[in-house]
Amino acid sequence: MCTYDTERIAITGSAKGADSWFRATDATISYDHPVHYGAGHALLVDVINPSLGASSRVGLELNADSARELALAILRSLDSVPAGLLES
Amino acid sequence: MEAYLARTESEEKVGGVVVIHHFPGYDEATKEIVRKFAANGYNAICVNLYWRESPGASSDDAAAAARASGGVADDQLVGDVGAAAAYLRALSNSNQLVGVIGYCSGGRQSVLAACSLDLDAAVDCYGAFVVESRPESTMTSIVDLLPKLSCPLLGLFGLEDQYPSPEQTETLRKLLTQHGKEFTFHEYEGAGHAFFAVDRPSYRPEVATEAWGEIWKFYGEHLAGKK
Repeated sequence: MCTYDTERIAITGSAKGADSWFRATDATISYDHPVHYGAGHALLVDVINPSLGASSRVGLELNADSARELALAILRSLDSVPAGLLES
Repeated sequence: MEAYLARTESEEKVGGVVVIHHFPGYDEATKEIVRKFAANGYNAICVNLYWRESPGASSDDAAAAARASGGVADDQLVGDVGAAAAYLRALSNSNQLVGVIGYCSGGRQSVLAACSLDLDAAVDCYGAFVVESRPESTMTSIVDLLPKLSCPLLGLFGLEDQYPSPEQTETLRKLLTQHGKEFTFHEYEGAGHAFFAVDRPSYRPEVATEAWGEIWKFYGEHLAGKK
């Protein structure tokens, strides 16, 4: 099924798309049909900048376990940053 | 708008089919379906439903943009299918009969189009959220439109699918019967969602082949001849 459930958050940073780096302004997260990963559904992450057009996108299609591991690894990495180095 | 057209070479008058792509977009697999209809004697067209927001983008980037914005609004879909049907009817070898078919999200949209436009046959391939709404999303039930269904409906579903589930298909069957509509449903064992999708692990070749046979029979009955 198409879930139509999409989380959308504002982000600050950069991403490297098909052609070049771009300023990333938004990220969407959903569990829906992947394009390339060979499964019926996958956790989809898109890092985008809509003002630059649809092609300014970095996409991820992960199975559920991988997505959870990635999320936890991101948090572990941030939690291990030495005091005073985190920039918000 | 952008659209993919495949025409039969027949000079005899033939029916037309509007193909509604699935949520992942205006992709190669959908264009293959359009060509399949032409190879079987129909003029067929698929509108890129995401073209307005993402002109020139690849199908996957356009689908991601559509996902970020909540998908295609129902009234926009009806407008695009209506324009595509008018285009098919204007072709020199059109018999003025036009059907619609949609897959996955397009299944619901096929029913929506058939309840909103003057069409001659509609096929719903495992479309969810026809008889139930998706909480906290833009995808809403279209049961209120079912009395306006303008043409016969063929429904093709997998018994292992949960969206739509066999119970939801039964609800749709009861509603269509209650409204006195002409319809035929086939529910296949050993198949879940997207059993037609040749590029996905959900593909069930035996079921898909049988279901394609039902489509040819259905369109042969309702799109042949002159209106």
